[in-house]
Amino acid sequence: MAEGIMLSRVADSLLWLSRYLERAEHTARLLDVNLALALEQSARPAEQRWSRLLDSLNTMLPAGATCDPYNITRRLTFDGKNPSSIINCISSARENARQVREQISSEMWEQINRFFLQVRQANIDTIWKRQPHEFFRTIKEGIHFFQGLTDSTLGHGEGWQFIQVGRYLERAMATAALLSVYYVKPDDAGADTSGQMPEYLEWVGLLKSCTAFEAYCRVYTADLRPDRIAEFLLLDPAFPHSVRFSVDMVQAALCAISDATGRHPGDRVNRLAGRLQATLRYGQIEEIMAGGLNDFLSGVTRQSIGVYDALYETYIAYPIDQALTS
Amino acid sequence: MPESVLSHPAFATYLLDATYDEMLAGDGSTRPQYDAIYRQLAALPADELRYHQQAADLSFLNQGITFTVYGQEEGTERIFPYDLVPRILTGAEWQTIERGLTQRITALNLFLKDIYGPGRALAEGIIPRDLVYSCRHYRREMRGLAVPRDIYTTVVGTDLVRVGDGRFLVLEDNLRVPSGVSYMLANRQVMKRVFPRLFGDYGVRPIDHYGQVLLAALRSLVPPGRTDPSIVLLTPGVFNSAYFEHTFLARQMGIPLVEGRDLLVHDNVVYMRTTAGLRRVDVIYRRVDDDFIDPVVFRPDSILGVPGLFNAYRLGNVALANAVGTGVADDKAVYAYMPALIRFYLGEDAVLENVETYVLWDEKQRGYVLENLDRLVVKAVGESGGYGMLIGPHSTAQQREEFRRAILANPRNYIAQPTLALSRAPCFLDGRFEARHIDLRPFILYGEKVTIVPGGLTRVALRRGSLVVNSSQGGGSKDTWVLYG
Repeated sequence: MAEGIMLSRVADSLLWLSRYLERAEHTARLLDVNLALALEQSARPAEQRWSRLLDSLNTMLPAGATCDPYNITRRLTFDGKNPSSIINCISSARENARQVREQISSEMWEQINRFFLQVRQANIDTIWKRQPHEFFRTIKEGIHFFQGLTDSTLGHGEGWQFIQVGRYLERAMATAALLSVYYVKPDDAGADTSGQMPEYLEWVGLLKSCTAFEAYCRVYTADLRPDRIAEFLLLDPAFPHSVRFSVDMVQAALCAISDATGRHPGDRVNRLAGRLQATLRYGQIEEIMAGGLNDFLSGVTRQSIGVYDALYETYIAYPIDQALTS
Repeated sequence: MPESVLSHPAFATYLLDATYDEMLAGDGSTRPQYDAIYRQLAALPADELRYHQQAADLSFLNQGITFTVYGQEEGTERIFPYDLVPRILTGAEWQTIERGLTQRITALNLFLKDIYGPGRALAEGIIPRDLVYSCRHYRREMRGLAVPRDIYTTVVGTDLVRVGDGRFLVLEDNLRVPSGVSYMLANRQVMKRVFPRLFGDYGVRPIDHYGQVLLAALRSLVPPGRTDPSIVLLTPGVFNSAYFEHTFLARQMGIPLVEGRDLLVHDNVVYMRTTAGLRRVDVIYRRVDDDFIDPVVFRPDSILGVPGLFNAYRLGNVALANAVGTGVADDKAVYAYMPALIRFYLGEDAVLENVETYVLWDEKQRGYVLENLDRLVVKAVGESGGYGMLIGPHSTAQQREEFRRAILANPRNYIAQPTLALSRAPCFLDGRFEARHIDLRPFILYGEKVTIVPGGLTRVALRRGSLVVNSSQGGGSKDTWVLYG
């Protein structure tokens, strides 16, 4: 039997397995950073900051719930009705892993299974009473552990490449969404904040939400300037949470996949990913800011969705008659 | 005079009576093959054993070696309880089992070929024609269809029980989609991890090659002329109770685990949908029942199967393991005729005897059974997994009345057997050793020849006094050691 047959359904599950974990990690990090930040005085009213966080995650509180840290944390971590809550993401990731159990390493499966069983034991009131920080660290570490096992126990073949696509596509879109809520155009913002730039702690919060604070300082020193921060998180070629880096990884993985499956390198999915990559690779921050950062970011998001759709149509749910004639 | 094991405090409540005990002879001394393990276990403090037990349980849970319980909240996963004390069979005992099962499987395949072909056994009255044709799993669609190499059953799990005099009897054959082999293999892995030295010194025959033997058996079904064939395992999906086993076997064999929605049939050829396009499939080790395998031919409401699969199969473009229609021989009324069928096809007496069985559509046998419901076990002929069963001595008057009515309404659907005293084996429960009833399901692979990896799944009825070993009914399992000597 030929090496490396990959069922379309399996590829889809591997992609979503890692996408869900990336989402859970991102949410955990945002909550952790913002809960820590809430201890400090800030120019922005706390409520605004929390609702901005919800916006960046495309989530709303249930009707009637007050916008306070407890409710938001509950909504984003344990709420079974929120499909993107951390617990639901981890559970979905495990469910996807279970469906492709024979394709991933035993180490990976055991880690995600154990991790899920452990996280399921926790609930909002116990973590709230103790240190939520401890809990979020467990989440992040559990996911990092899984990623480490993935990289070191699974062959870096086609399946691994689909895992890469899931992780980095999610990351590119999450970072873009986060940037867009921090760089609100003055006319979009409420009257009480119009024209007001968030102060130092706000920018620390943004950078830390992308684990980028230290990395940024190493490049630009601790002089926090909004355009440099945007440049770093959007265009830096070497920082693993920048949009550019993430898109590079997606593009590389897609090339490896089209090689492995004997597809034409000029397939639609590769062209779309290549175009997005070029936009980021050759973009100038001054031009981007002048043209409107938010429009640029919506473009990135739209193109990322386009890449996923094309991938889906090429590898996962392609039309049968076409496949039979080729 | 050997010291009786029963004087050991950990065996204070151990039940030893006329029922065959796997470890102890009638006088309470250990049987030779259990000597060393008894000495080891008896020397370990209960805390130590408890620690090993917990380590084993956790290992099963973390590995996700679980099964799904039906009839409860969707997705309820449980571990299959594992008992630390291995069940040990001597080389001589195994030889009889191996010989008996090989004989039985050979005869069963001849029988299946016969009933879907010339029907000699029917014509000669060895088994009533009506009985065969009224089997729930008889597939008229298989009439006149030649299966590759006349092998209908690539995998069989036959349940054996041991009775008072130490003989093994066949309790039932599972020829459709027998499960449990992954527990046999996982139990061994856990055993080696928990008691490495004990295991190493014992001279236990290995079973790890099961996956390779199964793959070779599947390969022997590849349609002629196909180079670089694809072999796949078809699972009903993640909600099936044996899903763990399906993933396990697929990984052991290195073959794709597919669901019905991954496959499609075009011009009577089966394909799977891969990221590199469609790829032809040659052999399907299917873990989906006949009923669900092709909605065009069998149950139209099935979403687990592949429309058009049966026609591709008919034309020989794809092989199925096991073949369609093997469930006839699972029927417990057909089972009653096995000794006669073995004699008919092979001219030999059965090495492993059947349990005495009353076929209830026979008026005389039915009369006897209805008068003795409180002493007999009644089983529905087409059920498995411990469902649809009346255990007379443990039943209430109301349950017996329900079965009486059910039998009279449809006598063909039931058989009865005497209540067997299944052999008991020591189990470590609540810090003590207790005797519990067990059975044995070896897995018989039929490829170029019949191969049985030395061992099987020993199932345990964990509830005191219980005779039901099925996992769905509170059963557990043990590692099964077959010794060289």
